[in-house]
Amino acid sequence: MRKMEVRDLGRMGYSQAFELQRKLVDERKRGLIPDQFLIVEHPHVITMGRNGHEENVLAGGPILERAGIEFHQTDRGGDVTYHGPGQIVGYPILDLKDWRRDVVAYVRGVEQAIIGALGDFGIVAGRVEGATGVWTDGAKIAAIGIHISRWVTSHGFALNVDTDLSYFQYIVPCGLTKPVTSVRELGNEATRAQVTARLIEHFARVFDREPAEPFLTTEIRRCTTS
Amino acid sequence: MHDVVMPQMGESIVEGTLTKWLKKPGERVERDEPLFEISTDKVDTEIPSPAAGVLAQVLVEEGTTVAINTVVAKIDESGSGAAPASPAIEAAPAPAPTPAPVVEKAAAPAAAPPRAAPAPAEAGPEVAGPISPLVRRMARENNIDLRQVKGSGAGGRITKQDMEAHLAAAQAPQPPTPVQPVAAPLPLSPPPVAPAAPMPRAEAARTRVEPMGTMRQKIAEHMVFSKHTSAHVTTVHKVDMTQVVKIRERNKAEFQARHGFSLTFLPFITRATVEALRQYPIVNASLEGTNILYHNEINIGIAVALEGGAGLIVPVIHNADEKNVTGLQRSIVDLATRARSKQLKPDEVQGGTFSITNFGSYGSLFGTPVINQPQVAILGVGMVNKEPVVVDDAIAIRSVCYLALSFDHRLIDGALADQFMSRMKSALENWSEDVL
Repeated sequence: MRKMEVRDLGRMGYSQAFELQRKLVDERKRGLIPDQFLIVEHPHVITMGRNGHEENVLAGGPILERAGIEFHQTDRGGDVTYHGPGQIVGYPILDLKDWRRDVVAYVRGVEQAIIGALGDFGIVAGRVEGATGVWTDGAKIAAIGIHISRWVTSHGFALNVDTDLSYFQYIVPCGLTKPVTSVRELGNEATRAQVTARLIEHFARVFDREPAEPFLTTEIRRCTTS
Repeated sequence: MHDVVMPQMGESIVEGTLTKWLKKPGERVERDEPLFEISTDKVDTEIPSPAAGVLAQVLVEEGTTVAINTVVAKIDESGSGAAPASPAIEAAPAPAPTPAPVVEKAAAPAAAPPRAAPAPAEAGPEVAGPISPLVRRMARENNIDLRQVKGSGAGGRITKQDMEAHLAAAQAPQPPTPVQPVAAPLPLSPPPVAPAAPMPRAEAARTRVEPMGTMRQKIAEHMVFSKHTSAHVTTVHKVDMTQVVKIRERNKAEFQARHGFSLTFLPFITRATVEALRQYPIVNASLEGTNILYHNEINIGIAVALEGGAGLIVPVIHNADEKNVTGLQRSIVDLATRARSKQLKPDEVQGGTFSITNFGSYGSLFGTPVINQPQVAILGVGMVNKEPVVVDDAIAIRSVCYLALSFDHRLIDGALADQFMSRMKSALENWSEDVL
């Protein structure tokens, strides 16, 4: 089975995580590293996809600033979304040439992993046709936005575990005027760490990858030798 | 001129939206340099240029959705400054940015599901004329009932062109059924929320089906493999731990204060195991075919149960014979903590020559552990508790513990296993070494 290195980055700012992601995507493209699965928790940030519509950000810059929310334009698919504490943000960096050259199958796979993980906690989640993401009872629990270059994936998904959902008031998530929800909102006490552990297992199973400890990245290696 | 087409980004995908041109008409582009971006279902994809040259014509505007294989631009290769492209080169399969399979193949999976064609190759009597192997294969691959295909060949015979026309026709009126199952079969029912995993339903209420995770599958495989491989026998010895309990009591508080973690029985037992392994190296061996491999290192695996029944992992204390009780306790705490937080490095779960499982910490008196292959023995440690025992014909209260050794009877005889256990017992009952 192919390896997939799992890196739990803990709490990390959006820009810093994006830089790391970009570096790993580059190394993955060059075949220097195996597939990667980054897990991160961002401080409050609103990000806008390439196809985003400004009108879906409801609050102006000064308001966001006062609320302590960063704003970033990104190159992923999808519209606008919010990330913050209590959310599991996953950035899988997979070379789909080693799996299936199929972007839709990939998205369905990401959904499947999230649905499976939630199922482990007794949460019945599923898909809504024409609205990518994971839904429970008409409310969105996980958002998806992906970028692919040379079949290498980046960006990924955000699953609300114990997210303060009031922050979503600043946006129209993914341009859809549908409610958002979270694991906690559904009355489930599962922690972010517990859900993360199940998510990694389901993700690995769906994509037929073996989760592995990451070896030192080149950057760290350089630091330790010099 | 080199045609640039809308690539197919997946089996079920029949169209794509061109979201952004990364080059302007008249601009130079290198082969494999990102040329435009497309969007399908929340996925943005950069498409590299299939050729080097000048972007001569842009045929599709940003924001337009077009069918796959539609020509979206033309690249003038002569403007590349390189040797003018000969027709032969142009015709050569330019290293496509993405596989652009022929249309019929693309349309097939989307068109296929609604059809319930039983054994499509077995054409009914209505099919006119003989069926060529190619047509038969196309029918099978695309799940087509040949009786529904109109033949245009001699005597109504079905030709390859008829098949392509049939496929194209089947594709056209179909909405682009975009949802294609991935790893597990997914119910694709139209209602808003389609449950993914098998969900408790009326008749399934008493059972919940859940696929095993990767780790669970590996554990299952390994356990059965071990039972198939080794001739498991378990011998149980009762050990008087009173001396060790006293030493532990005496040192406990200071140990905790000095090292920041508590002192348990496990490092004492590990230390006694090391001594016994030194004396009986065959218990530290493994079998490879008909060869016995004697290991010069004593690397002891400590079974660690993960939280919430998530599984079991056996990190290894390498060169355990070089460590005293404190060093062993430190290693045990460190490995167990990192095992639970999934921070172990690959070599920390490899190379074990003997294993210990401490089921006593969950209250078990003794058990019959399964050997961790390719090792030949495993020690199961029962709970340490007080029992009335007969000492010099008087009843005394002693701290006792049952130690169970499962060994591979192919290699280890019962007598030797019990000698090994006696050695451990005597080391523990006559403990003299100080801890700190």
